[in-house]
Amino acid sequence: MLKVLFFARVREQLGCSSIELRWPETGTDLDGLQEQLCCERGDAWRDVLAQVNMIRAVNQVVMEGNCALRDGDEIAFFPPVTGG
Amino acid sequence: MRCAMGMKSPFSPRSPAAEVGALTLISVNVQEADFDVARLQSSLLMGGQEEGAVATFTGYVRAANEERQVNTLQLEHYPGMTEASIEDIVNQAARRWPLLAATVVHRVGKLSAGDQIVWVGVASAHREAAFSACEFIMDYLKTRAPFWKKELGPEGEHWVSAQQHDRRRAARWQEDNAL
Repeated sequence: MLKVLFFARVREQLGCSSIELRWPETGTDLDGLQEQLCCERGDAWRDVLAQVNMIRAVNQVVMEGNCALRDGDEIAFFPPVTGG
Repeated sequence: MRCAMGMKSPFSPRSPAAEVGALTLISVNVQEADFDVARLQSSLLMGGQEEGAVATFTGYVRAANEERQVNTLQLEHYPGMTEASIEDIVNQAARRWPLLAATVVHRVGKLSAGDQIVWVGVASAHREAAFSACEFIMDYLKTRAPFWKKELGPEGEHWVSAQQHDRRRAARWQEDNAL
């Protein structure tokens, strides 16, 4: 199982804060997972997840590019941060 | 969360354990509740007499941002990752400067104009390390810790955009290690 989390503007645009996906139907890398989400959920999701500056984290570590996933991973999509 | 630096922590997977001689006491809290600056500052000083300098920063909710009136600020975060990333930032600061203690408190949830949002306090033997580490922690926190601000005002809701000048401020620490 993979847990996928969405935060802030991304969460609002998708109308979804988290989903769980059955491994390995999710794809076994980050790009594959994103493509799988877009195929399943449609163009609205494709547009949101493809936004410039989208940040992707795996197990709470920000990833600069694609990476392999493992069963049990926690993936997050979120916009640039604005704390402080 | 309060821990002695150098201890293995489940919240700092990004940086190797610090190689520092002195023990730096690090405290990181993400909370809805307000905080008492005087109490935080006194708890930063652990009763030792090595501290020669404490530098602190307090951030507040502005009543206007980019000419928009702000009545309420909603702060969202990524539980777990937020605390881990702040702790990582403080650990980085403690490797760059000889710190004795560092505390970060960041509020989340619904805040009003004028409310305190964030407090950073750093204790060191000398002012240079305290000033620099405090600024470094704030600059990195603003660009790396997963918080998101949404403003609510008479013109409706508005997600705050990440600012180029914040990224520039954080980047300058990489350009010049001697800052």
